[in-house]
Amino acid sequence: MTDFNYDQTRHLKKLIPAEEITAIDNWIKKYPPERKRPPIIAALKVVQDHNGNYLTEEMMQAVAEYLDVPHVAVYEVATFYSMFHLDKVGRHVISVCNNISCSLRGADKVIEHLQNRLNIKVGETTEDGLYTIKTVECMAACGGAPMLEVDKVYHENLTEEKIDQILSDIAAVELTQNSSSKQHENDADSSNEFSGEAQD
Amino acid sequence: MTNEVCFRTLHLDTPWSLEAYESVGGYSMLKRIAAGDLCHDTIIDELKLSALRGRGGAGFPTGLKWSFMPRNMPGQKYVVCNSDEGEPGTFKDRDILRYNPHQLIEGMIIAGYVMNATVGYNYMRGEFYEPFERMEAAIAEAKEKQYLGENILGSDINFELHNHMGAGAYICGEETALIESLEGKKGQPRFKPPFPANYGVFGRPTNVNNTESYASVPAILQHGGQWFLDLGKPNNGGTKIFSVSGHVNNPGNFEVNMGLPFADLLEMAGGVLGGKKLKAVIPGGSSSPILPAEVMMELTMDYDSIGKAGSMLGSGAVMVLDETTCIVQLAAVTAHFYYEESCGQCSPCREGTGWMSRVIHRILKGEGRAEDIDNLDRVAGNIMGRTICALGDAAAMPIQGFLKHYRHEFEYMIEHKRSMVEA
Repeated sequence: MTDFNYDQTRHLKKLIPAEEITAIDNWIKKYPPERKRPPIIAALKVVQDHNGNYLTEEMMQAVAEYLDVPHVAVYEVATFYSMFHLDKVGRHVISVCNNISCSLRGADKVIEHLQNRLNIKVGETTEDGLYTIKTVECMAACGGAPMLEVDKVYHENLTEEKIDQILSDIAAVELTQNSSSKQHENDADSSNEFSGEAQD
Repeated sequence: MTNEVCFRTLHLDTPWSLEAYESVGGYSMLKRIAAGDLCHDTIIDELKLSALRGRGGAGFPTGLKWSFMPRNMPGQKYVVCNSDEGEPGTFKDRDILRYNPHQLIEGMIIAGYVMNATVGYNYMRGEFYEPFERMEAAIAEAKEKQYLGENILGSDINFELHNHMGAGAYICGEETALIESLEGKKGQPRFKPPFPANYGVFGRPTNVNNTESYASVPAILQHGGQWFLDLGKPNNGGTKIFSVSGHVNNPGNFEVNMGLPFADLLEMAGGVLGGKKLKAVIPGGSSSPILPAEVMMELTMDYDSIGKAGSMLGSGAVMVLDETTCIVQLAAVTAHFYYEESCGQCSPCREGTGWMSRVIHRILKGEGRAEDIDNLDRVAGNIMGRTICALGDAAAMPIQGFLKHYRHEFEYMIEHKRSMVEA
């Protein structure tokens, strides 16, 4: 039986904290109220950031319900744009540009050095789940080639020393955040209870 | 002279601040408009006189584009800025957004006034988090000063400006794909006509311009269309930001007068890296056909000069290649890019970009066949002009350019299974 009191927002509200919901609501306000789809990209980004850089089917459905759009409208966006990951990736996705200017200035060496340091190939994730190396197309920073992006920050004019520094900076942040991320995992566990409930 | 238009705050401390922008005359045109001192037609006439041409790559006259908008049509109209900078080699809009966001904001408000549009969207590529923060802060500053919002500076002009972000797709730099993406869909281009001026965002009349185009407007109005025109040359008005990258000692953005000899631009960028010999230049982003050094050194940097030589000024992305560059390798990177970024809507582009990429990679692996070169040429020719949007042409043109000028390098690699430049 159709539940007319079904709250389309509750699924997403269980998956992400209130401040992330507010962030999505602020995006919704930018577009005409009768238009439901424009905030899809922004909402998916908020959810993906919260979930450690990748999206699950449950999350995409929750976003669709929250925005009141068909599930397929969210899937097609999530599969079309390269910044969305539908498989588990590292908490830090290292995106290395290997387009023209970067390859002229040594992108291959950047990739090789990263692969050696992290002991993985492009497209792979380290066993501890911390790093993924990904090659990407031009990110509009060719004046600083070769470059990479990680955790929303561009790093330009890369040298081996710079790459080492970037990696050790991330490692330092990981160390200090270790205790809070334990807490985070507990939160994620509790949300799993909901997936059973959604079948009702 | 450099940095006279979009980069005119660059020499100041915190060039992105409202104070910095106002100190160079920023928002003075908005004040005149709000005071009823500068009307729609005058603005369009000045833009036409200035010969400002679309800075995103197509080079369409901006004043003419603005005049196409049905200003008096009832209902909502939109002003959209294309900050989805993604043409390989281009990195100028990122610096406008980071270092002079207010000039873009003023340009967009002026556009909104001219077209009677009360809502604007600035579509930035998904990776532009730093520019996004700058733009958000600048919009907040502008609101505070009543430059944005309802009844701007006590006039009856209303304009809301929103930042929108993509999520990684080169095709969204195509204006109708950008509109689709802004509507929350896959970035697949629309068939034209109808043009965005009639049927754009949410089916409403929409004007889409590049970041550099909007940001040029306040300076043009402040100093006059004639001033801007005289900075450049006839039909190629003003200054242009050239993003110089690749094999140069001092890569970066250079805002210089249109019509500057390429040799001078190369010198500003510090000359060829390590004093090596110049081999060739890709003069206007990866979609523009390559030009050999001896051709390029004779050209001036403007739409007409580069166009006559068989390439395009495009977005002003100048990629410099030294004598060690392997053209087959370069073609492989280029072909892979378009294969990766084709939206998949039109068969000639979806299939053709894949074929071109696979054939060039095959040659690169030493598995090339004699007929591969003619096949590449044929596939490129079959994509040209047969797709909804310009991505197909953009994928075909550079490959045709590589074959036209460096066919011998492909032949050499097929025959000897190694690069000619290593020989």
